[in-house]
Amino acid sequence: MSILVDENSRVIVQGITGRDGAFHASQMRAYGTKVVGGVTPGKGGQKTDDGIPIFNTMAEAVAETGANASVVYVPAAFATDAICEAADAGVALVVCITEGIPVLDMVRVLPYLRERGARLIGPNCPGIISPGKCKVGIMPGDIHKRGRIGVVSRSGTLTYEIVHHLTQSGFGQSSCLGIGGDPVVGTNFLDALELFAKDEETDCVVIIGEIGGSDEEEAAAVIASGYPKKVASFIAGRTAPPGKRMGHAGAIVTGGTGTAAEKIAAFEAAGVEVAATPGEIVDLVKRLAPVRSKRT
Amino acid sequence: MKIHEVDAREIFSRYGLPVPPSRLIRKAEEAGEAAREIGCPVVVKAQVLVGGRGIAGGVKLASHPDEAVQKAKAILGMDLKGITVEKVLVARAVDIAKEFYVGMVVDRRSRKPLMMVSPAGGIDIEEVARTTPEKILKIVIDPLWGILPFQTRRMTSFLTGDKETAKKLAPVLGALYAAFMGVDATLAEINPLVVTPAGEVWAIDAKINIDDSSLFRQKEVAGLRDESTEDRGEVDAREAGLSFVKLNGAIGCVVNGAGLAMSTMDMIKHFGGEPANFLDIGGSSSPDKVLSAMRIILRDSNVKSILVNIFGGITRCDDVARGIIEAKKELGMEVPLVVRLTGTNEDTARNILAGTTLISVSTMEEGVTKAIAAARGR
Repeated sequence: MSILVDENSRVIVQGITGRDGAFHASQMRAYGTKVVGGVTPGKGGQKTDDGIPIFNTMAEAVAETGANASVVYVPAAFATDAICEAADAGVALVVCITEGIPVLDMVRVLPYLRERGARLIGPNCPGIISPGKCKVGIMPGDIHKRGRIGVVSRSGTLTYEIVHHLTQSGFGQSSCLGIGGDPVVGTNFLDALELFAKDEETDCVVIIGEIGGSDEEEAAAVIASGYPKKVASFIAGRTAPPGKRMGHAGAIVTGGTGTAAEKIAAFEAAGVEVAATPGEIVDLVKRLAPVRSKRT
Repeated sequence: MKIHEVDAREIFSRYGLPVPPSRLIRKAEEAGEAAREIGCPVVVKAQVLVGGRGIAGGVKLASHPDEAVQKAKAILGMDLKGITVEKVLVARAVDIAKEFYVGMVVDRRSRKPLMMVSPAGGIDIEEVARTTPEKILKIVIDPLWGILPFQTRRMTSFLTGDKETAKKLAPVLGALYAAFMGVDATLAEINPLVVTPAGEVWAIDAKINIDDSSLFRQKEVAGLRDESTEDRGEVDAREAGLSFVKLNGAIGCVVNGAGLAMSTMDMIKHFGGEPANFLDIGGSSSPDKVLSAMRIILRDSNVKSILVNIFGGITRCDDVARGIIEAKKELGMEVPLVVRLTGTNEDTARNILAGTTLISVSTMEEGVTKAIAAARGR
């Protein structure tokens, strides 16, 4: 089944004529994603080099293509509006790649989306991929392999590092979800755990967390009270100094809380092993879910 | 982004909070004039972006203008937690009958603005949270409404049983919320919010942190950044579109991606080394960013080796390899350079690097262990 995106996803690329939008629309399409259209206000009526139709508005795009998902490659100053426009047009899943969106915009956007039945992934995330079915985002498709490990992460390239290890060891992935590095995100670890719990194609979940906030601790609490799948984790930022923002807007230890040590302790108390290095995740998964993918 | 107390006070004032008058001065002699203008007694406060100024001797009372000059002389030029005091605020002092804490953050758990109030003001709020958390009331605010009247009543009655004081506190809480939302703050604190024996309410300290992501739409506030006390590397990195945090070790790191960069630091420590820095060049791995990154790292004389750890994915590794070789040449680098490139054309990249003095590796673990070994050899 995988989660959130699959062969039935029909995706609009918002910002399709920008440098990133154009490049990644093409990459997604090459991977096999059904990219059914793009939106750039003012460029409606044109087509991309791949022949993808461009619309002026999300409403037009959805009406013409029956799209049910969109991905936002729009600069921070305009991304919030793009997200709202997608929800307003009836899109059920909005994936926002953009980094640098003001936190208070996210605070205001989440209720707006909830009222319209839309889920936001991100912002400041690489997107989501269900290997072999659909890729909505910027992750390199070729390091992924279809399988039964669900991956959820706050990072981009660290996720690729871990996925690379998993794939090389024969452990394919059902879906890899990047929830993003910002302090307020549309879909968090709890949401991801819920989705993976219901997914028949996922046996084991790998959580890749980092310093800042309490999302990992909340996930650990839910796992401790009984979770139907196996879980392993990795936490980045054991050596991060307090009070400093480590790249991601959400990666900061404030008031002594949000440390890697606390998150590791919370997971271990919930019976979730925490890898000491990204590569060690493979050893943990081997113990938890020894069945490897037969498909390539 | 942090801003000085003087600027936070000015913002609070603009939003209608009761802030005592003050003057910012850079020369001790000016303190006398300032004290005369404002009216004594005054408090002389170091303007530095660190906490605990009072305990460190950076906040002093003065009962007349000459004393203000003396106190200013003592504080200006002082070293407060590693920073030299270059300016002080001379502010009218008020008599204190009660001290409260009021503050706001964006609460990540509820994903909403959160106001916190405590009758235990004037002391470290984190200490209060640790030892007597029941003395802090947290109210989640719906941005559709702002603070609702019933929430104001909850907060004021938590702080005081005195009706007159409660009446004066109510608009202060509303103004703090408006200021927080208006300037895209991630933190806005008044500690202490004071009630005088005569029943007046004053905000005698002010702290505001601004969301870095909002600076494009907070032009005035963006101009308040004080780079003079920031690490030079962090300033340059920001300008170059990189994220950089200086640490104390010998292994410099250049990585694409914040999570991967943190893990690289962690792995260095795990294998017995000490990272010299955190550095994220962002999702891309463009040669000019690598060059900027290496230039910043090389200013640190502690650095004995550098690890470039790039998980390229879509980025072409051979382009990055050529970029690194160019950078090494241009910077005249002698520090050993260990390069890990994974992604498109990584084999070509490895061939390119094979003919150079750069140490080419294929995994992160190999990169870290070789970088530590290379540093030890110096």
